[in-house]
Amino acid sequence: MAVVGQVLQSEWTKIKSVRSTVWTLGLALVVTVALGALISAFSRSNFDRMPVREQVNFDPTFTSFAGMGLGQLAMIVFGVLVVSNEYSTGMIRTSLAAVPQRGTFLFSKITIATLIAFVVAMLTSFVSFFVGQSMLGSHRTSIGDAGVLRAVIGGGLYMTLIAVFSMGVAAMLRSPMLSLGILMPFFFIISSILGAVEATKKVGQYLPDQAGHKVMQVVTIGDDAPYGPWGGFTIMVLWVAAALVGGYVVLKRRDA
Amino acid sequence: MIEAVGLTKRYGAKTAVHNLSFQVRPGAVTGFLGPNGSGKSTTMRMILGLDEPTSGRVTIGGHPFRNLPNAPRQVGALLDAKAVHGGRSAYNHLLSLAQLGGIPARRVDEVLGVVGLQGVAKRRSKGFSLGMGQRLGIAAALLGDPQVLLFDEPVNGLDPEGILWVRNLMKQLAAEGRTVFVSSHLMSEMALTADHLIVIGRGQLMADMSVKDFISANSADFARVRTPETEPASREKLTAALVEAGGQVLSEPDGGLRVTGLPLPRISDVAHGADVRLWELSPHQASLEEAYMRMTQGAVDYRSTADQLAALAPPPPGPGYGHPGAPAPQGWAPPEGNPYPVLPGEQPNPYAQAPAAAPQPPQAAHPAAPQPPAGPPPAAPAPQPAPAPAPAPAPADLTKRDSEDAR
Repeated sequence: MAVVGQVLQSEWTKIKSVRSTVWTLGLALVVTVALGALISAFSRSNFDRMPVREQVNFDPTFTSFAGMGLGQLAMIVFGVLVVSNEYSTGMIRTSLAAVPQRGTFLFSKITIATLIAFVVAMLTSFVSFFVGQSMLGSHRTSIGDAGVLRAVIGGGLYMTLIAVFSMGVAAMLRSPMLSLGILMPFFFIISSILGAVEATKKVGQYLPDQAGHKVMQVVTIGDDAPYGPWGGFTIMVLWVAAALVGGYVVLKRRDA
Repeated sequence: MIEAVGLTKRYGAKTAVHNLSFQVRPGAVTGFLGPNGSGKSTTMRMILGLDEPTSGRVTIGGHPFRNLPNAPRQVGALLDAKAVHGGRSAYNHLLSLAQLGGIPARRVDEVLGVVGLQGVAKRRSKGFSLGMGQRLGIAAALLGDPQVLLFDEPVNGLDPEGILWVRNLMKQLAAEGRTVFVSSHLMSEMALTADHLIVIGRGQLMADMSVKDFISANSADFARVRTPETEPASREKLTAALVEAGGQVLSEPDGGLRVTGLPLPRISDVAHGADVRLWELSPHQASLEEAYMRMTQGAVDYRSTADQLAALAPPPPGPGYGHPGAPAPQGWAPPEGNPYPVLPGEQPNPYAQAPAAAPQPPQAAHPAAPQPPAGPPPAAPAPQPAPAPAPAPAPADLTKRDSEDAR
């Protein structure tokens, strides 16, 4: 359909012509890589002092992704801004007046933003991995080892889906402040609290980020999650799909 | 052609637009008037398919907007000049919209030229003034060279040069056979720009007619009559005679009389019969502003002439209307017929001048201020309805009326 190509092109222009989106993506990469490298270096120097149980469970791949916890916040900001900028500026009316097919508009917009997020997220994941491994010295793993490549690709997919999930939430809530105010604390604090507390652990396992983490891990000894790497990934995909459907329904139903 | 049928929009218990039916035809500028909160913008959004009507429908060229094939090439709209991402340059803003509509990128440079923003095209729109924002919004509306154009308050924030430019642009677009639908709350501006008016108040249609018909249908044309100030008694005498003859008479604060319901020759005859000399007998036509205020002021009986005049009369310093006996203290104060103090300020010359096609005002009865006769004019057998206009009518008043007549 011609309209899809038009929206993709237009959205690409919109994303690259605004500094905030460029900045957030750049920040996601830098923060994730830098923090991952720092924690990897720290792990190497402290490895001998770690308890044996942690030494056995040590996951060099996941350790090099340690920066994602913070870096994903920048991806959330990117996802939220891409969608809610339309509402906060009022551009949405101009856009929908040009493309009255709202579903086409929303999903084309999300597609191009997802592609961009995907490229940045994959780059982030691979760079984080290799920089992290070089910091880990003798405790490193290799991309050729069992499950490692899957985990690194999984890291890129995880970062991408976090951004897409944020786009769906922003399409439902419309306000950038409201979206960020809910998403940031949720992913940064609430999810980890729910996962750490024994009573809510079972629930926490099914939250998008915790389920999604699974695919980035190689060593899973002592992990009681009832799903495997791709099982967890599927749970996260379902969350994302739900957010997108919600966003679509809101856009379709409500006046712009 | 835009066509609305029974358009209704409710937000919860509040009805923003109620049962609105109208047509906007091609080849003319159609003004869309209404006080703030009367539902203009809601109607515009419904036309563009942004808001779903609670009931009724609105179509463009027979199609609901959402079913229009290639909408950006058929309909262009300026809804909100501020609806721009401040971090994006004017050029990129228009480029993204052009791409959205499948419009070639070089068209962006064209419209930037049309609205005169080439010089700032690469600057981020954050620093734009409201007037520049309006120009950017108009550029966006023109991108697809559409046959139907909607402008919501396009002259907000523009300087007089910009207002003149917008006015000529609208007329030019209409002259090219396009449908041009312009909302505004500036009556004076609409008087000069629009050919046709759709007036709404509280979400309901109040008028749908040409500007000229609108004025004559909703305004009370009246005659100003002035008797010699040296003879206060003649004023009362004339008032009584006119009322007896079936006219309505209101006194104006400066001592003049406003007479409605009688043609000018008849007034002259009555005065002659009552043996009253006249210093002034002149026809007046209410401005569009007056007509509009009259219409939207009282939502119920806005057609009632006599009552409306009462409501319009400025707070009399001394005598209220109906007491024409009191002598006017100010002598020959300029008979400012316009009860709206805002208006003179809103009518600087650039507005009032340059009516595009300005034929002579049809009212031959209104000679352009000839030499005021020093003595009392012959009130007796004057068959001409305009014996002697007062020397005082402000020139601004005349130009204004002329320009409206040209419509």
